[in-house]
Amino acid sequence: MILDGKCPTGPIEKTWDKHRFDLKLVNPANKRKYNVIMVGTGLAGGAAAASLGELGYNVQAFCYQDSPRRAHSIAAQGGINAAKNYPNDGDSIYRLFYDTIKGGDFRAREADVWRLAQVSNNIIDQCVAQGVPFARDYAGYLDNRSFGGAQVSRTFFARGQTGQQLLLGAYSALSRQIKAGTVKMYNRREMLDLVVVDGVAKGITCRNLVTGEIESYAADAVCLATGGYVNVFYLSTNAMGCSVTANWKAYKKGAYFANPCYTQIHPTCIPQAGDYQSKLTLMSESLRNDGRCWVPKKKEDLAKHPNEIPEEDRDYYLERKYPSFGNLAPRDIASRAAKEQCDDGRGVGPGGRGVYLDFATSIKRVGVDTIKERYGNLFEMYEKITDEDGYKRPMRMYPAPHYSMGGLWVDYNLQSSIPGLFVLGEANFSVHGANRLGASALMQGLADGYFVIPYTIGGYLATVKPGTVQTDNPEFKKSVEDVQNYSKKLLSINGKKTVSEFMRELGSLMWDNCGMARSKESLEENLKKIPALREEFWKNVKVSGSGADLNQDLENAGRTADFLEFGELLCRDAHHRNESCGGHFRTEYQTEDGEAQRDDENYCYVGAWEFKGDGKDPELHKEPLRFENVHLAVRSYK
Amino acid sequence: MQLLKSSVGRKILMAITGQLMVLFVIVHLIGNSSIFVGPDGINSYAEHLHSLGPLVWVFRLAMLAFILVHAFYGIQVSIENSKANPSKYAINNKLKANFASESMIWTGLLLALFVIYHISHFTLRLTSDVSAFAGQVPGNVFGMVTGSFSHGIIASTYVAAMVVLCLHLFHGIQSFFQTMGWNGDKSLPVISQVGRVLAFVFLIGYSSIPVFILAGIIK
Amino acid sequence: MSDHKTMTLTLNVWRQKGPKDPGKFETYTAKNITEHHSFLEMIDVVNEDLIKSGKEPIVFDHDCREGICGMCSQVVNGVPHGGQERTTVCQLHMRKFKDGDTIFIEPWRATAFPIIKDLVVDRSAYDTIIQAGGYTSCHTGGVPDGNAVLIPKPEADYAMDAAECIGCGACAAACPNSSAMLFTSAKVAQMAALPQGKAEAGVRVKAMVEAMQECGFGNCSNHYECQAACPKGINVKFIAKLNREYLKAQF
Ligand SMILES: Cc1cc2nc3c(=O)[nH]c(=O)nc-3n(C[C@H](O)[C@H](O)[C@H](O)COP(=O)(O)OP(=O)(O)OC[C@H]3O[C@@H](n4cnc5c(N)ncnc54)[C@H](O)[C@@H]3O)c2cc1C
Ligand code: HEM
Ligand code: HEM
Ligand code: SF4
Ligand code: F3S
Ligand code: FES
Repeated sequence: MILDGKCPTGPIEKTWDKHRFDLKLVNPANKRKYNVIMVGTGLAGGAAAASLGELGYNVQAFCYQDSPRRAHSIAAQGGINAAKNYPNDGDSIYRLFYDTIKGGDFRAREADVWRLAQVSNNIIDQCVAQGVPFARDYAGYLDNRSFGGAQVSRTFFARGQTGQQLLLGAYSALSRQIKAGTVKMYNRREMLDLVVVDGVAKGITCRNLVTGEIESYAADAVCLATGGYVNVFYLSTNAMGCSVTANWKAYKKGAYFANPCYTQIHPTCIPQAGDYQSKLTLMSESLRNDGRCWVPKKKEDLAKHPNEIPEEDRDYYLERKYPSFGNLAPRDIASRAAKEQCDDGRGVGPGGRGVYLDFATSIKRVGVDTIKERYGNLFEMYEKITDEDGYKRPMRMYPAPHYSMGGLWVDYNLQSSIPGLFVLGEANFSVHGANRLGASALMQGLADGYFVIPYTIGGYLATVKPGTVQTDNPEFKKSVEDVQNYSKKLLSINGKKTVSEFMRELGSLMWDNCGMARSKESLEENLKKIPALREEFWKNVKVSGSGADLNQDLENAGRTADFLEFGELLCRDAHHRNESCGGHFRTEYQTEDGEAQRDDENYCYVGAWEFKGDGKDPELHKEPLRFENVHLAVRSYK
Repeated sequence: MQLLKSSVGRKILMAITGQLMVLFVIVHLIGNSSIFVGPDGINSYAEHLHSLGPLVWVFRLAMLAFILVHAFYGIQVSIENSKANPSKYAINNKLKANFASESMIWTGLLLALFVIYHISHFTLRLTSDVSAFAGQVPGNVFGMVTGSFSHGIIASTYVAAMVVLCLHLFHGIQSFFQTMGWNGDKSLPVISQVGRVLAFVFLIGYSSIPVFILAGIIK
Repeated sequence: MSDHKTMTLTLNVWRQKGPKDPGKFETYTAKNITEHHSFLEMIDVVNEDLIKSGKEPIVFDHDCREGICGMCSQVVNGVPHGGQERTTVCQLHMRKFKDGDTIFIEPWRATAFPIIKDLVVDRSAYDTIIQAGGYTSCHTGGVPDGNAVLIPKPEADYAMDAAECIGCGACAAACPNSSAMLFTSAKVAQMAALPQGKAEAGVRVKAMVEAMQECGFGNCSNHYECQAACPKGINVKFIAKLNREYLKAQF
């Protein structure tokens, strides 16, 4: 089937304004009759719940943490983009639009990206009004930095804690609505099923993580803002609780999963120290503004203290390969370059999995105090984890899974293939194409939450009668029973291996065979091994405790079970996409000097998978991508 | 009124009343030090005070009000605090709080006891050691004080009370500035230090009177 | 890595089945711990052993494991987050301990933070405090340009210092009075320092202090234990700022 993104047509600058005008409105007096479920209260969900509550809708919001303030958005360090052009260095909505399309390797929809660039400026204003303490200069103006391969300074930041401050802004707006009674917040709830009645999304089923009770909630529309899925690699920069579960359950109820193979590997993370390790810690890529990446030229230097290796024996490989972008090359490129050096046997640190990020030159140029002021908290964090002083010796870095560009397929209104189900933030596939630029995820989450969904959901709700389905509907009863049986089954296997053993195994299959580089063979290996692992899981996993109270082992078991199914879909998608683009690098498709080779002839489309039943192959639907404002070009950062 | 019920409001009242009492303690110490000058010093000082007439009573009523307000809220707030924190950790490992700060309510209550005793002692002269002076004061404060403090038990009770006072103010003086908001990250350590020194000045200043008398240095 | 010496530690961990259960310490041995294990990874190791031997693993809150979400919450040897300066317990590393050490691990203890299970407590009271006024009442949309109101760097920095709070609850857990003043004051100070938050400063401080009290937190007696335990080093100068704002709000 050919999918239709329902993008407005006409001159791109007018698309969003025109579409907003065309959308139907809900009468203000009727808004409170509509119930909206918001699963996830990170940047996207928190902003959306607050805005919808303020508009007058009845919102029920859910998150698995004990407070909406803890969503994983809080971990973002670097910053948020906006096309304000405050520094007068040539930025514009058009340039942000162009950079995002190009950065995404021409695998995103033009109209969606344009809208994102257009509302980016409102986001900054909104956050300032909320009291987000963005960095300012002495005169009081907002400060900007350049970030993630952009040649203009368009990134706004709040020390190294931008995500935290933006999330706390959204959280404060949400708190205000909770107080006002327009939003009812349900903490420590995990969505475990989507309830679809007559083909329309009408509610969810959750586990109350404290009491173990399975609860259902009905609404006139359901929004998922449940974040990304890169924990499928086991070790990633995501929080421990991040999972594909909400998305996966929706997929199994009919929502298409788009581009799952587009995953981003972040180049600057603290390397793994041992196999007990539970997660990887990202070091903001803003470090690359002042740090220089290198590895020893000679293998015999590997054991030496880095400061003893003379200049001429160092290979500043990014500066060498990409003279115009140097250390600021985009993430996919920088990650792959690092892996290349390590695969070549010149990686440093434990297991040879690391490259140096060296600040000596910058410290000499601007002084250690300036570096401290810019990145103090990052150096502190690095020292806490590694016990090494980044001011005195170069840091060690290695790429790690970080972000998922893929997600549930949505149209221009952020509506999935199930009517009434909307998907926001990292959970959807929309704007980043095959690769996301730094500081653009926060922008997308807030754009979706503050400035897109409040309009588009109105367009949908205006067409439905409020309150037609309640939780006494048989579909809800069935959903509750299904979820209960699922938990019971997990608890009853009582096998020999722990949940995390399975997750580690899946993670290493994914990382080794479907990580930074993928090949037909490696993917085929996974397509055999993952189902086998899944089968073993359902026979031999050991889940302790009961379903009647707080049981983290059971939570993890459920998430792992979903990853074990999803991992296969990810590999299947990677396998079908016979090209390299963005975060998806197929070793068969590269130029002579190792650059990604796109195939626009055959693969310039969004690949969206439809679930056809357990044990059956999913069906691929395609949404062709048209580029009318940007010319498809080879993405070069040389 | 919110000030009388709220967490911060009551603290502010306690801080103000506490601090006014500190001012009294300062003045009282200066006045009492005149004992080192000899009988004439302190006697004429006392006479001078008593000659203020109704002002004395204004002052006494005010002090009474301060101490009652301070003690009332001190007790109320402390009960609330222990309700808010009923169970302790297996290992008591405090990084910043200290004995003085954690025993404010006990040092405060002991101070109340001391003040009651002290007033019945030197002001009302109800105790046997000073009842003989009932008619002579303000004329012969010197005689009364030296007479009384030549009893080891009385002198040491006073010294013990001064230790309690020192503990209360060791925390209390800087706490006042923090509660009033007259504090910042740079001034806090300085104010703390000054407050602590002052508390020790009180301890040494006041205690020296009974000690010197007992030791026979002041006769 | 295997080239490191490993440690064996004795853990006394608070186990409590539910809110009504009296709870007690259980003793476990953590084996094969390296200096690179984080504190929580050390407990992961113990939990794997527990699961394998058919026992229930220790339940504890955690999520980001990089010191920013504020979810982790354990009292280690009497100090919330373990007492390393500006460090959450998820960022505490085992190199701070020695082979053979005995460690006591407990949940936050405060009336306003009832225990849910083992090391997990209910911190929703902190949300309640924010809901009482920890925001500016701006609407989505219709706000002025970000540069319309200038905020000099020192003020922005001051607000940011306060805004770093991760809402972990260690301040109330450390406070001998279980007072939430450090947390409350950080938000009050951040908002009061910014022009956007000034308009509501008076209403906000009164409402938030009242909410704090109603939640069952104690009163601040300036013990400063909170700052010492705070993983973000939130300064008690913000408590002074709150007091100042509170006084101002009376007139
Ligand atoms: C370490 C790190 C650094 C980053 N730095 C930057 C940066 O500098 N700039 C930038 O632009 N982007 C950055 N990103 C990316 C960006 O932070 C995220 O993409 C973005 O914040 C995602 O927001 P979200 O609202 O979609 O999801 P999240 O913030 O992940 O929120 C997900 C929400 O869904 C809830 N949830 C999930 N599953 C369920 C379920 N089954 N049931 C109930 N609730 C559920 C969670 O409780 C949570 O509330 C970074 C990401 C990481 C990991
Ligand atoms: C009469 C009996 C007294 C009682 C029961 C008492 C009790 C207390 C308590 C419990 C506190 C701590 C309050 C808190 O921060 O939680 C306190 C603080 C204080 N007390 Fe007293 N006290 C008494 C007498 C005095 C006296 C006589 C003085 C002065 C000489 C005094 C000076 C102070 C000061 C300055 C503070 C600090 C106030 C603040 O924290 O801002 N108190 N008192
Ligand atoms: C060694 C220490 C002290 C000595 C020798 C001393 C001496 C005296 C004397 C002689 C008087 C009676 C004065 C008179 O009636 O003319 C007096 C009154 C008083 N003292 Fe002290 N004092 C001491 C410490 C303190 C302390 C620490 C406090 C407070 C905490 C205190 C509070 C008072 C009060 C409230 C009165 C009553 C004042 C009045 O008459 O209204 N004294 N003291
Ligand atoms: S003030 Fe510090 S200790 Fe308290 S909640 Fe915030 S970060 Fe945690
Ligand atoms: S420890 Fe408690 S008493 Fe006040 S200064 Fe901190 S809240
Ligand atoms: S787990 Fe997030 S701060 Fe510790």
